[in-house]
Amino acid sequence: MTSFTRANLRTWSMLGSAGTFGLAAMGLPDINPETLILTADLRNFSGLDRFAAAYPDRLVNVGIAEQNLVGMAAGLCNEGFSTFATTYATFATARSADPVRVNMGYMGLGIKLVGMGAGFSVGVLGPTHISVEDIAFMRAIPNITVISPADCGETVKAVQALALHQGPAYLRLGGGVPHPIVYEEDYEFTIGKAIRLRRGDEVTIVATGPVVYESLVAAKILESERIRVGVVNMHTIKPLDTEALLEVYASSRLVVTVEEHSTIGGLGGAVAEHKSQFASVPPQLIIGVRDYFPHAGDYRHLLAMTGLTAPQIAATIRDRWSSMV
Amino acid sequence: MKPLVNVIEACESAAQEIRYDILRMGLKTGSNGAHFGGGLSLVEIMAVLYLSVMRVDSSRPRWQERDRFILSKGHGAMALYAALKQVGFVTDEELMTFKSNNTFLYGHPSMNLDKGIEFSSGSLGLGLALGAGTAMGLRKRGNNTSRVFVLMGDGECDEGSVWESAASAAHFGLSNLVAIVDKNGLQYDGPTREILNMDGMAEKWESFGWQTRVVDGHNLSELLGALDRFEGKPTVVIANTVKGKGISFMEHNPAWHHNRLTQAQFDELTAKRTVHL
Repeated sequence: MTSFTRANLRTWSMLGSAGTFGLAAMGLPDINPETLILTADLRNFSGLDRFAAAYPDRLVNVGIAEQNLVGMAAGLCNEGFSTFATTYATFATARSADPVRVNMGYMGLGIKLVGMGAGFSVGVLGPTHISVEDIAFMRAIPNITVISPADCGETVKAVQALALHQGPAYLRLGGGVPHPIVYEEDYEFTIGKAIRLRRGDEVTIVATGPVVYESLVAAKILESERIRVGVVNMHTIKPLDTEALLEVYASSRLVVTVEEHSTIGGLGGAVAEHKSQFASVPPQLIIGVRDYFPHAGDYRHLLAMTGLTAPQIAATIRDRWSSMV
Repeated sequence: MKPLVNVIEACESAAQEIRYDILRMGLKTGSNGAHFGGGLSLVEIMAVLYLSVMRVDSSRPRWQERDRFILSKGHGAMALYAALKQVGFVTDEELMTFKSNNTFLYGHPSMNLDKGIEFSSGSLGLGLALGAGTAMGLRKRGNNTSRVFVLMGDGECDEGSVWESAASAAHFGLSNLVAIVDKNGLQYDGPTREILNMDGMAEKWESFGWQTRVVDGHNLSELLGALDRFEGKPTVVIANTVKGKGISFMEHNPAWHHNRLTQAQFDELTAKRTVHL
């Protein structure tokens, strides 16, 4: 059910990240017999209706009570359960920020907090549900691993890896439906290890989440204009793969970060913080949502409104690049 | 099983020691001061829990069958630490490091299972959810002997998160969960009735589906009686207490929520002390 067959890849893409999470969840009890999944009245939205039917004792629905969701998950974690907890990304992070900070951060309890509908994926519901600050929230808290998969196949990989991961983690799931496919074939996924998807010695795009796909398309557009652009999938934003970043700095004249997130405190911020330690490194272009609440709209519309479609990313890079050469 | 009169004597003696240790710890904090009021209101509750009600063993801190205690009102830390000394988790020397730099006895409890501290606290309103999750976890493990005790303040019950967890614990029928509300009637800025009136505390819990008992939180036999086992529902014990209990100038005095104790005050208070260290 979780192998990278052509049929599965197509099915996952059509299900989107939430449905794919639900499918991947079906395999969790085999990976870790201590698996429990908590949800705050988001069982069906998290694709967990099948899981709930198959494993009624492993699914705990606490109702619309996100602070209690994180607190109960922490108590269960401390008793040795492998505990996932799901709700909308904005509520998982901002609304329950204090229980997350105290239980997952300070106490280090290994909850796998799953933020559904992250980024623009439920953008029609407006700014309460558009989640473009969640990486910044979670990244600022010590001890918490932050993962943002590039596609549904990577979502499967991340869920499986987290089932055996000891510490606390935030899994950011979003994207549109159908979800563009980045990985057509099976590959090795390791938490904290970035993946180079494309070589290019002039510009390197470091991207995370569904816009990794847009970044790859942008790189191809620029290639046709004879700008050589590499792409790195930084699926784990914390801990940041600094080894991969050093390689990026050494092999590029311009570093570009692309994320479906605020330009404040996300991947761009993380890379800038790291890069600022070094003297002879390339400049950075941060592409993301520019510190405002986007108007409600569907996924593709919001990508376009915020300059995150492939042609827009290519245009932004082209402008910067032409000012440099 | 010890006769009740002996149990009460043991609790009474421990309560005196705990109260004395709170003064000693508080004195050590010097000009930084400490949370006296909300520690002193807990003393009898802690004595009864640690000396009689709870199954804990300092030689086996990770014993699976132990009862779990969560001090959700983390600012009552001095009473917890002094009680942990009574049952051998913490030495007197360690106790005297309270709030000093590099101590493990922070101003609010910091998770340290080997020292008998199950969870960190300090941010109010988070303990009941931890307790509910722990109680559910014990159930799922088939552990039907351990209970989970969560001690909260009445001011803490202002927090909405308390009521999320109260509803949830009742919904899941977590009868192995016991909440204790230290109802001392005062919070940081004054009487709870003036800051946020939560009158009808027992009725509130009852309406959320909890077994409710109201006791005098300084009466050892009432506390012992109230902390019996119940079936089917989680239990809350509303303990009517006096903030600053036992120290005349601290009692009912919001100024002693957090304050500094002088050497002269300490000497005067302890001059008449009968319990020998």
